[in-house]
Amino acid sequence: MYLYPKWVRIWHLFSAILIIILIVTGISMQYTGKDQAFFLMDFAKAVRWHNFTSVILTISYIGYVTGNILTQNGKYYKVGKLNFWSDMGKQLRYYSYGMLKGEKHPFPVTLERKFNPLQKISYVLVMYVAMPLIIISGIGLMLPEITINKFFGVSGLILTDLLHITMGFLLSVFLLIHIYTCTLGNKPFSLFRGIISGYHESQDH
Amino acid sequence: MLQSGSKLKLQGMICSKFQYVFLLILIFSTTVASSKSFIFKKEKVSTKDTITYISPFHDDNERCFICHGQKKYEYTNENLGRQVKAIMYSERIINRNYFYRSNHKSFSCTDCHSEGYTEFPHPGDLRMEQNFNCIDCHGGDDRFAQFNFEAIEAEYQQSTHFKLEEEGFTCWKCHGPHDYRISIRNSEDLKETILYNNNICLDCHANFDKFQLLTEREEINILVRHDWLPNQATHFKNIRCLECHTEVNNNILVSHLINTKEKAVKGCNECHSQNSLLMSSLYKFESKEQRRDGFFNGIIMNESYVIGANRNQYLNNISFVIFILIVGIIAIHIIFRVIRKRQT
Repeated sequence: MYLYPKWVRIWHLFSAILIIILIVTGISMQYTGKDQAFFLMDFAKAVRWHNFTSVILTISYIGYVTGNILTQNGKYYKVGKLNFWSDMGKQLRYYSYGMLKGEKHPFPVTLERKFNPLQKISYVLVMYVAMPLIIISGIGLMLPEITINKFFGVSGLILTDLLHITMGFLLSVFLLIHIYTCTLGNKPFSLFRGIISGYHESQDH
Repeated sequence: MLQSGSKLKLQGMICSKFQYVFLLILIFSTTVASSKSFIFKKEKVSTKDTITYISPFHDDNERCFICHGQKKYEYTNENLGRQVKAIMYSERIINRNYFYRSNHKSFSCTDCHSEGYTEFPHPGDLRMEQNFNCIDCHGGDDRFAQFNFEAIEAEYQQSTHFKLEEEGFTCWKCHGPHDYRISIRNSEDLKETILYNNNICLDCHANFDKFQLLTEREEINILVRHDWLPNQATHFKNIRCLECHTEVNNNILVSHLINTKEKAVKGCNECHSQNSLLMSSLYKFESKEQRRDGFFNGIIMNESYVIGANRNQYLNNISFVIFILIVGIIAIHIIFRVIRKRQT
């Protein structure tokens, strides 16, 4: 089943590379030590790479949002209110119990439904909540002179940074779970092959 | 427009059960707003420029300030038998306002200058008067022991400025006797203090008129020299020149060992790290009381923020626990999958 159009695949691969660079450079900046000049990367180099990569990712993100508006891809992200919690419960039960007992997938992938309820809500939160927040706070840190000095008596930069690193952490955790859940296809690499070729192998479970 | 938008969002924040989310959106919708007109920005009224001090020597000092307090002075020339108006030599002008808020504000002019100056016209030989130095009064005095002036003197003698003594460099070049005021030790507004401190350096280093009196070097352009520094304007506004150009000494409050440019700090992680250099220099005063609670808590209420240094221990711990939990759940899941695969 041809599920992932070319632009989605290119965007996805591109974002994956950029996000990995951003996580590595971000951790380097956050945990740099005075005596150990290198954590993962030298601070100055990490800043340069982080800044450069983040600008490209922001452009790529704008492209993704535009793509979702202009094409049919956006429909996959529409979260319905009907059975919202029970559907998520079903999917969670499947991941934690059902699939280990050999049960059928409660929400098999179709052309109309690319994402299961858990995927859908996590993608929506990541792409439409976490990403805008990390981009806006990132702009605030990249251009500190435009960031407000104080917010209710606390440094605006500290708050901006706290939001940025919190979102960065949550996105890193998302990436970890995302990569793992992508091994839950027919075979551990089936879903990875799908996002590269565009064809989704139908799932038994 | 921005302000009314922010107000609306604030109301929503109070009413909604998603307070936290709204608060975050509010913070960052205003992050890019101009700091000047921001609704929540509390305008700080600086009291430092309001001089409330009344000197016991005000009237005596005024006899000097009447001529030395402004550019124009008048005197009666007895030879000519008439009033003469003249322009005061700029180096001899003392600004009253600066003087009465300086460290030496409680002094009478003649505490340091000869009583001979009370005569007019001033006797010519007073021009050769030997000026006091800092150590002449501050050295060997128990009242100043905590400031360790002897160590300051020792540091100064190793500094690159000391080499210019023959050219006329003295303590007064930075610590003007008529205007210098202690700033960092009891600073209420760190940015104002930083500006004041940096202006002391720039008084010579960005003013070739003065600079050339002490050195044969060509005029330097501070902005071009610091071209390599990322976010130059932000750095200049938030740290003192001293942070990178001196060697930190924990025995004195402000390091006086000003190094040559070759020895200046250039590594980002000297400051942008958990054990930031700034802890023992710029934030020494602010955070010394709260340092046991950690860097973040020590300076949370001021405007300072240093990427890499303001690491929050609580967030670190929480994120570590979450990370371990996720990895643990994945590991358990993998184990169950492997078991199932073997069974089928």
